[in-house]
Amino acid sequence: MTDRRLIVIGASWGGLQAVGEILAGLPGDFAVPVLIVQHRAEDTGDLLAGLLDRRGPLPVREVEDKDTLAGAGVLVAPAGYHVLVEPDHLELSTEAHVRFSRPSIDVTLESAADALGAGVIGVVLTGANDDGAVGLAAVRRRGGFAIVQNPETALVATMPAAARSSAAPQAVAELSEIAPLLVQLADGEAPHAA
Amino acid sequence: MTEADHHDRELEELELELLLEAVYRRYGYDFRGYARASLRRRLWRRADLEGLRSLSGLQERVLHDPHCLERLLADLSINVTAMFRDPTFHQALRRDVFPELRTHPFVRVWVAGCSTGEEVMSIAIALHEEGMLDRSRIYATDMDADVLARARTGGFALEKVRDYTRNYLAAGGTDSFSGYYAVTGDQAVFDPDLLRTVVFAQHNLATDGSFNEFNLVICRNVLIYFGRDLQDRVLGLFDESLPRRGVLALGRKETLRGTAIEERYEPVVEAERIYRRS
Repeated sequence: MTDRRLIVIGASWGGLQAVGEILAGLPGDFAVPVLIVQHRAEDTGDLLAGLLDRRGPLPVREVEDKDTLAGAGVLVAPAGYHVLVEPDHLELSTEAHVRFSRPSIDVTLESAADALGAGVIGVVLTGANDDGAVGLAAVRRRGGFAIVQNPETALVATMPAAARSSAAPQAVAELSEIAPLLVQLADGEAPHAA
Repeated sequence: MTEADHHDRELEELELELLLEAVYRRYGYDFRGYARASLRRRLWRRADLEGLRSLSGLQERVLHDPHCLERLLADLSINVTAMFRDPTFHQALRRDVFPELRTHPFVRVWVAGCSTGEEVMSIAIALHEEGMLDRSRIYATDMDADVLARARTGGFALEKVRDYTRNYLAAGGTDSFSGYYAVTGDQAVFDPDLLRTVVFAQHNLATDGSFNEFNLVICRNVLIYFGRDLQDRVLGLFDESLPRRGVLALGRKETLRGTAIEERYEPVVEAERIYRRS
């Protein structure tokens, strides 16, 4: 059984709805920290965290510099910042956009894979570009668990399709199946590969 | 970067520390206290661009080739900036900080980590519009001589004008942004008259000391690149540079909470990370 230490969820176009549905399906005592990287305009402030906070029992807030991971609940990458992962805390960066995105899903997934190896669960959801594909492959390579939303039923297929072909994920799941799968994985159960 | 390149994290960490130590002892640039994840990412980007397979390889090249050091320094200094970045911050500065600054006969501002100067230009415009620029001095510092040279020219890319104009209006600008720059080719050049009160100087927050007393210290999105110990050092430096009721402004995701100087400061606008020394 692997000790799951961080879940990274990457989403772009259509992500607000999709991430909200996942958060609505996680219980209030869910113990693994969840980090959400959602593409959006840079001047939206912390609007997204406020909206997602209402979707489920877990408290949701934006990442602050050097936030510790333990007991973090649900964190959202701030608009205009990349989030990088160290073994026990998070770092922020305003380095250039990566594939037109800041926050970039690839940056966070790669750095999470680097810092936490098999402790990472990476999830790539709906979106209209290919951010996340390289990062999810890194998660897979370092022994983490990769989940991709089924591109056939995602609002926009491009992003999950790119992640599916680059990362060979352990699970390609319907949106409604993802929260139960995360609960299973957090409990240390090994679901069968899709 | 491939898996084989740096799969062994402990070994990689050792190589990284030796590289930083070598750069410090050979050239005096101290990155040892920098935040590790972002530093590691940038060091690997440089190693990849140099065609090297390990950070030890990068260390060897940097030690023997000063040009490689120059390239590395360029990678390690983050120079992403914008005029009136976070318009609500600049709004808050004018609304909640300037009224008290106005009561001083002379106003000293330190923009620490000024990069190519866009924030300095923003502050100069705001002081000008509030009628305070003539009795102000802005000290703009960065560790990187090249970006300071660019900042002194007051130039910025013409393609940025639309974004900056929008930010200027959202930040509470009271005039017309187009009056503050002239266009030459694909460059916009900031009105030199507004930069006449600015002193640009090289200063390294990791190694240099306090050099004056200021009414307002602005250091936004610089501390995020420092580890906790270096952050404490730099905050101590700001603390030494601020008199009672001096104001310290940090980036939107940087905070004094949990730091050694926290108890001496009260929030002016917590959401914008603007603090006043009590």
